[in-house]
Amino acid sequence: MSDTASAQLNDHLRVPDFFGSSTGRVVTLVFMAVLLLVPVAAHFLGIRLQLVSLDFITRILCLAIAAVSLNLILGFGGMISFGHAAFIGIGAYCVGIPAYHGYGSAWLHFPLAVVASAAFALITGAISLRTRGVYFIMITMAFAQMGYYFFLSLEEYGGDDGLTIYSRSVFGIIDIEDKMVLFLLTYACLVAAIYSVYRIVNSRFGMVVRGCNSNEARMKALGYNTYAYKLTAYVIAGGMCGLAGALLGNFTTFISPDMMSWSRSGELMFMVILGGTGSLFGPVFGAVTFVFIEELLSSFTTYWALPFGILLILSVLFIKGGLNGLIQRGWKRD
Amino acid sequence: MLDIQGLRKSFGGVVATDNVTMGIEAGELHAIIGPNGAGKTTLIAQLSGDLAPDAGHVLFGGKDITTVPTHRRSHFGLARSFQITSVFMGLSVIDNVALAVQAHDGHSFRFWQPATTQARLRKPALEVLEKVGLIDRAGSIASALSHGERRQLEIAMALATKPSFMLLDEPMAGMGVEESAAMVEILRSLKGEKTILLVEHDMDVVFALADRISVLVYGRIVATGKPEAIRQNADVRQAYLGEA
Repeated sequence: MSDTASAQLNDHLRVPDFFGSSTGRVVTLVFMAVLLLVPVAAHFLGIRLQLVSLDFITRILCLAIAAVSLNLILGFGGMISFGHAAFIGIGAYCVGIPAYHGYGSAWLHFPLAVVASAAFALITGAISLRTRGVYFIMITMAFAQMGYYFFLSLEEYGGDDGLTIYSRSVFGIIDIEDKMVLFLLTYACLVAAIYSVYRIVNSRFGMVVRGCNSNEARMKALGYNTYAYKLTAYVIAGGMCGLAGALLGNFTTFISPDMMSWSRSGELMFMVILGGTGSLFGPVFGAVTFVFIEELLSSFTTYWALPFGILLILSVLFIKGGLNGLIQRGWKRD
Repeated sequence: MLDIQGLRKSFGGVVATDNVTMGIEAGELHAIIGPNGAGKTTLIAQLSGDLAPDAGHVLFGGKDITTVPTHRRSHFGLARSFQITSVFMGLSVIDNVALAVQAHDGHSFRFWQPATTQARLRKPALEVLEKVGLIDRAGSIASALSHGERRQLEIAMALATKPSFMLLDEPMAGMGVEESAAMVEILRSLKGEKTILLVEHDMDVVFALADRISVLVYGRIVATGKPEAIRQNADVRQAYLGEA
């Protein structure tokens, strides 16, 4: 009997392509190339347009990393976390607070940002993941707000006035005071984050996390301790978002509790949903589109949030699978 | 092999499982029949660990598993299929079964190597799919399967965990005549190999396959015995088969 099984085995040993469909491959590669080359070219050519400046794109890349990490739990794991910005804030303060005390090494800041965020994810996740549905959404938001008020109350580090970072993290060989270097570092981190998610979601662990998203009762019946796997995914996503926070803190050189307010968490969710949940590059498409539209609309009107909200609702209603879905299908609606 | 002792479960005023005591012997196919609302699924859920009983004990291989969580029961060799089809809709058929194989191939905290290229997961999965007659659909997405095929997949996933004991909750529910016949053949092939507790509405199937039958009415076992004895039992006829 196993002859047929053996004969068919090779047909079933495949990993999903990194870029998805052939259309997806072309569009994604072009998109990522534009994201890298346009700001670099604009910088060297001295073009002073905000939308293609290194600064503007670096900020987008930081948010894209955060969105990619949120997508790991929201898109692939089905854990709708409404408190993801907390990890950005923690990551940023892990740069700001040591810097304030005169410890400027990046080899301290970045590991600290990842570990502290992962630890916060472990503690809050251990409690939050005992609930589900709306309760999970609310409790993750509540924990993020606790973080927000915690940093708000730290008078020593500026409280709600925020904290200025006078010099960026020191790496030794590379100098991220140069905004080109910081841009390239952030870009590399984004690519590394996307590739890590690709490896994770297709690994044994990732299959389990996706199974939990699809049908948790079945996973338990099969013998999986779903809680432990979901919590681990939550911790990985938290750590990855902490990295985004450390980069963002370095970029803005000014950090405040506002970085982790609940509306920031909501924006990250929008980016993921707009770009396409459970896709590898979707959060990047989402982050870029989100920030660009926000920037464009706010230059026309102070009430930019209204048309922006309508656009988001329409995109969620009418584009199946978000922007990534649209791209993978070659611009067909479904 | 499985001993149920004085099991009790009520929801508000409704007693769904009323002091059920029964034993299932190793290697037998034991069927539970009973009218709608008799508490069959509730009983299964307590055996699989999805519901905690109010009182009583469940012993598996002599070990008290009453408070053991669902996911650990699976590792004792207890598998279940669901009355309402419960598969991973977004995954391919082979991914569904490979995930079941993986559950019993060590821990899954392996974060980097692709799971979908591992022959040690895929090959057993294909073998199980062949056994249930679903190998030709291995590459399809589960949501694209017909109802009958999903029921087969459901059994395949339970089988892939290499259980010694299977709880099958109405595997034939909602199936057409041909699909039912295919499922009967699957169950027949499992008979003797696995200990099976089968909940089923189709009387022809039950009387054809079961070694023993228990009749559940209003949460209570009213009779247990060989198919022939059950067919003759006056209480059963009155309470369940609807004859005076």
